[in-house]
Amino acid sequence: MGKMMETVRLTIDNKEIEVPKGTTIYKAAKQLGIEIPTLCYLHLDDLNIENKPGGCRICVAEVQGRRNLAPTCSTNCENGMVVKTHTTRVLNARRTVMEFILSDHPTDCLVCPKSGTCELQNMAHLLGIREIPGAEYAEMSKYKPDTSPSIIRDLDKCIMCRRCEMMCNDVQTVGALSAVNRGFMAAVAPAFEQNLEHSTCTYCGQCVAVCPTGALTEVDHTPEVLRALADPTKTVIVQTAPAVRAALGEAFGMAPGTLVTGKMVAALRALGFDYVFDTDFGADLTIMEEGTELLDRIKRHLSGDTTVRLPLLTSCCPGWVNFFEEYFPDLKDVPSSAKSPQQMFGAIAKSYFAEKIKVDRENLVVVSIMPCLAKKYECQREEFSVNGNRDVDYSISTRELAAFIKQANLDLNNLEDEEFDAPLGESTGAGVIFGATGGVIEAACRTAYEMYTGKKLDRIDFTELRGLEGVRSATIDFDGLPLNIGIAHGLGNARKLLDDVRSGKSQFHAIEVMACPGGCIGGGGQPAHHGNSEIIKARAAAIYREDSKKPLRKSHENPFIIKLYEEYLGHPNSEKAHHLLHTRYFDKKKKVIVKQ
Amino acid sequence: MSQIKSLADLRKKREEIKAEMDTRIKAIDPENHVQIKVAMATCGIAAGAKEIMEFFVEQLDRRNIQGVVTQTGCMGYCYAEPTVEITLPGREPVVYGFVDLKRADQIIEKYIKEGELIDGIIPVNYETIDSKE
Amino acid sequence: MHLLVCGGTGCHASESDAILWNLRDELEAKGLSDKVQVILTGCFGFCEKGPIVKVMPDNTFYVQVKPDDAQAIVEEHIIKGRKITRLLYHDPKTKEPVGDSKHMGFFKKQLRIVLRNCGFINPENIDEYIARDGYEALGQVLSEMTPEQVIEIIKDSGHRGRGGAGFPTGFKWEIARRNKSDEKYVVCNADEGDPGAFMDRSVLEGDPHSVLEAMTICGYSIGASKGLIYVRAEYPLAIHRLQVAIRQAHEYGLLGKNILGTDFSFDISLRLGAGAFVCGEETALIHSMEGHRGEPTIKPPFPAESGYRGKPTNVNNVETFASIPVIILKGAEWYKRIGTEKSKGTKVFALAGKINNVGLIEVPMGTTLREVIFEIGGGIRNGKKFKAVQTGGPSGGCLTEKHLDVPIDFDNLVAAGSMMGSGGMIVMDEDDCMVSVAKYFLDFTVEESCGKCSPCRIGNKRLYELLNHICEGKGNVSDLDRLRNMSLVIKDTSLCGLGQTSPNPVLSTLDNFMDEYIAHVRDKKCPAGKCKDLMEYYIIPENCVGCTACARVCPVNAISGERKEIHYINPEVCIKCGACMEKCKFDAIIIR
Repeated sequence: MGKMMETVRLTIDNKEIEVPKGTTIYKAAKQLGIEIPTLCYLHLDDLNIENKPGGCRICVAEVQGRRNLAPTCSTNCENGMVVKTHTTRVLNARRTVMEFILSDHPTDCLVCPKSGTCELQNMAHLLGIREIPGAEYAEMSKYKPDTSPSIIRDLDKCIMCRRCEMMCNDVQTVGALSAVNRGFMAAVAPAFEQNLEHSTCTYCGQCVAVCPTGALTEVDHTPEVLRALADPTKTVIVQTAPAVRAALGEAFGMAPGTLVTGKMVAALRALGFDYVFDTDFGADLTIMEEGTELLDRIKRHLSGDTTVRLPLLTSCCPGWVNFFEEYFPDLKDVPSSAKSPQQMFGAIAKSYFAEKIKVDRENLVVVSIMPCLAKKYECQREEFSVNGNRDVDYSISTRELAAFIKQANLDLNNLEDEEFDAPLGESTGAGVIFGATGGVIEAACRTAYEMYTGKKLDRIDFTELRGLEGVRSATIDFDGLPLNIGIAHGLGNARKLLDDVRSGKSQFHAIEVMACPGGCIGGGGQPAHHGNSEIIKARAAAIYREDSKKPLRKSHENPFIIKLYEEYLGHPNSEKAHHLLHTRYFDKKKKVIVKQ
Repeated sequence: MSQIKSLADLRKKREEIKAEMDTRIKAIDPENHVQIKVAMATCGIAAGAKEIMEFFVEQLDRRNIQGVVTQTGCMGYCYAEPTVEITLPGREPVVYGFVDLKRADQIIEKYIKEGELIDGIIPVNYETIDSKE
Repeated sequence: MHLLVCGGTGCHASESDAILWNLRDELEAKGLSDKVQVILTGCFGFCEKGPIVKVMPDNTFYVQVKPDDAQAIVEEHIIKGRKITRLLYHDPKTKEPVGDSKHMGFFKKQLRIVLRNCGFINPENIDEYIARDGYEALGQVLSEMTPEQVIEIIKDSGHRGRGGAGFPTGFKWEIARRNKSDEKYVVCNADEGDPGAFMDRSVLEGDPHSVLEAMTICGYSIGASKGLIYVRAEYPLAIHRLQVAIRQAHEYGLLGKNILGTDFSFDISLRLGAGAFVCGEETALIHSMEGHRGEPTIKPPFPAESGYRGKPTNVNNVETFASIPVIILKGAEWYKRIGTEKSKGTKVFALAGKINNVGLIEVPMGTTLREVIFEIGGGIRNGKKFKAVQTGGPSGGCLTEKHLDVPIDFDNLVAAGSMMGSGGMIVMDEDDCMVSVAKYFLDFTVEESCGKCSPCRIGNKRLYELLNHICEGKGNVSDLDRLRNMSLVIKDTSLCGLGQTSPNPVLSTLDNFMDEYIAHVRDKKCPAGKCKDLMEYYIIPENCVGCTACARVCPVNAISGERKEIHYINPEVCIKCGACMEKCKFDAIIIR
């Protein structure tokens, strides 16, 4: 046994509690069932993410013997402490501070994209704020609005909780957002208050995911989708990413981790999509291409080819692609050249499928439902369109889809399950697990193993690749060939592995990277988790549950994938496959920034 | 400059400095040696102390008066900047405030040459650590 | 022989001019003009007993002299050599006349410890510092004392940090010493930011070596080998003199490797601050030095545990450091005798505002506000009435007449509703509107808030707006409750010292000048006549002769009236520029 953990005893609201030394009052109170309100504090313990700047000053409480009120989120418990969380002094202070915050916040709740899920709105409700004194002569801090391909910043609504800054810098190490200006005009913005588009932003959307207010929201593409659906000349097809089905239900009051695949399909069909397909199909295709590329590189490496770049880095996450283009452009030939599942799907839809149903690509509209905001940017990249016509026309987030479904008077809860359409709706369990960290590389291993060894896998679940640890590694035995696998989720973790690759220290053959903590299930386009990491874990469990129930769980066994290669592509990494399914990367450092 | 290698060294150095200052004064003209200190902190400079200091340096030379003009820090009399402290041989230092070129000229002509006090004296109103028991 | 006549503003107002001319006339009449000069001097600070005439060289100090006394002074004192007892200063305790001003307690009100070398030595010459016992304390510390002994002396001296909060210096050092680490830092906080306070700049410009010596002593005591001075970039001369001093100290081996031949090594470098007030807060200062945004973080951890680069760091301000060598040399016992029970030593104050002797003074703790303002400071300018003194920088409180006899120390100022702060003292007279004064200070904190926590970022702004609202005559009585509540909440909930003290000017003026607030909100009047929106220019019909001068000068044609008839100012049009009042030769225009 190690040394005993030191504990302290204290009283909170007349209840005694003993907690380990170093526990904050906020957490100790939580253990007692006392939920102290806060606007800035955020803690996802399983992901090792904590934001406690002590800035909002809503969580204050009275500590006996202390001159001023204590911010409970950042004050540690001490022996003999007597804490009161709801005295007149505390309640008055909390209300007054809340009035301050609201006095510098627009009151356009009725038309705010965050309305209903806004933590500030909820707090105002909770504290029973009915008026904002002095509002008639209170100056508001005003900032220029900023719209990027994925994210809208409306800093008038920023309450300086600094969660986005923590996400962008500490977790993602992207460094696009930090506090600027002083005093009343302080806000979180890119350096020199540049637009996001001119910053190092990767559009991972983690800032949006944690923003308590409407200061950071996604660009809403549902109006364009609606217009396409209403246009009789257009055939509109939709693809849904695996992580969406594990979280969409939350927006309709279902428990986190509820799988709504069938209901989601029914809803999309009801919304008027002509074909409801699955991005999992694109994922299976990605495995075929990426897996083949991996084996090819390994074989060349084993045969002594020193020019081959290892490890192979996965490339299905657009936030991650943006990140290495920005920070590791010197390594841009290391990642797999395979497009992401979204773009592979789009490429096949607008070629093979368009030909099949005899519709011009101009009249075929491909919509994707993604847990992600970077996908919005990805589908707008020039290399993913033909003569100005995008392979994927619009990408909308899980949140946007939920709103869309509600607007169409559909009650997701009461819809009968329906099946995806053929042929691009067919998928395996390998495609599904793309939604969780470690899933892509697990799916790749299932296929690469059988391709490499020619043997059948007797154990499909590579549990050693699963989990929420930020950086993980495992060695998979490819029948005598030990394959070293690295996994990182969260760009800060990815950076650690990339630094090793750059310095030549990396011992991995392949590395999977997901920009968002938890993988796509924790994506920037998912219903807000409000700091509850149980939600992330429940979504991951749902993903693996769906996989385990699938009759087919390896991408190369997907009958339509087999058919697609036979009929159209030839074989993985064929010339045609390269043309349609592979891409190249750019050095974003070289982009010229024009001063606005 | 040589390094000071011990506390004893430092003390020796201090005596040397004091002795050197003394000899320097004696070597020139002990009877007529004037010390002029101009308060040259930012505030003094802003009020014109630099010009005054240059004036003293130049005029002592021109009027053939033996003396040393040095800069020093803030004397605390902000309301009366620029301030100058004059020490005539064998006499207590006298601080003059509001020193412009005209008064600087008077200080040389009347006080330094004749020993006559002139307008603008700032009365000293503090104790030093040496006098405080 | 010289007769010094005080020409300070106070004495000037009580006919010191006439005394001067009478003395000269008397001397002329007696044919003594050649032998005795009459000199006009700056303020003696003894305005309470003015006008003053001092006879040199015998140091006779005459008080409350009248122009008629000139004859007696010349005939009795000059010619007959007899002191005039009735004009002498009488010791208030013994009631005895004091013949020689050197024995008057009055001139011992100030004691210069921190400023001991300022104005004495050439700050760019290390020799002059050494000649005044410079580096002697360091020498003794390094060769004769253990770090613990040094800390013990500082603790025993009762010295408290001069940065504002008054934390005992020795304890701070002890905590930094106790925290084990491979590297520790000594930081000198020279980010002096209080408007009107410039004692740190004066010390750095006038006596930079005292700070270097003290930092080195501190380094030895806590076990640090690196010192950093965080100095504002707006202090170029201080930076220059520090650079010169550091170079000279290096050349003498008083900084760098093996100082004074011992095995102790210590080096000091400068870090320039970009002028954010909040960087005077030690955690913000450290973040700024590390290259991060200058904003405070929650303590604990204190810098003594985890400071610069996460290492134990001792932060003291310039004035604190400047006292250290003297404490070592003179001993804790000597130092302890100065000051009050809980605040030892001296404090430097920057006197500003409506006071005659604006300047930098250093007094023992326990000196009263009255002594500082009326004796050292020479009283209120233009003979106006004293109204308030604001101590402690922008977030101190306003103290009034009733606080004048409070002995100044850390605790008494807090008890009176203000604070020591860095030692700014702004004196206000009857013409100052206290609501506007509170607004003025709030304006500063609003500008200087870092914006991290909501009460300081938004609350102070709202406080400012409400004060402005009141000054514009738009406030009502219930606003005063709101003002107080907002102030108390901002104090109670802000993250750092800036927000925790910024409402002090509001609270102290509410406490001490409630009548002025009431006048603003209820009667819509500004008693001091400072709030433009609350004043009205008015022509007294009886005094107006109809000269039209006012109407002609009015830039907005607000004044009407025929020639030789009574004029009228239209308050709706008037922009309150005051031009008419200046122009009127008949005192017909008043502010009401």
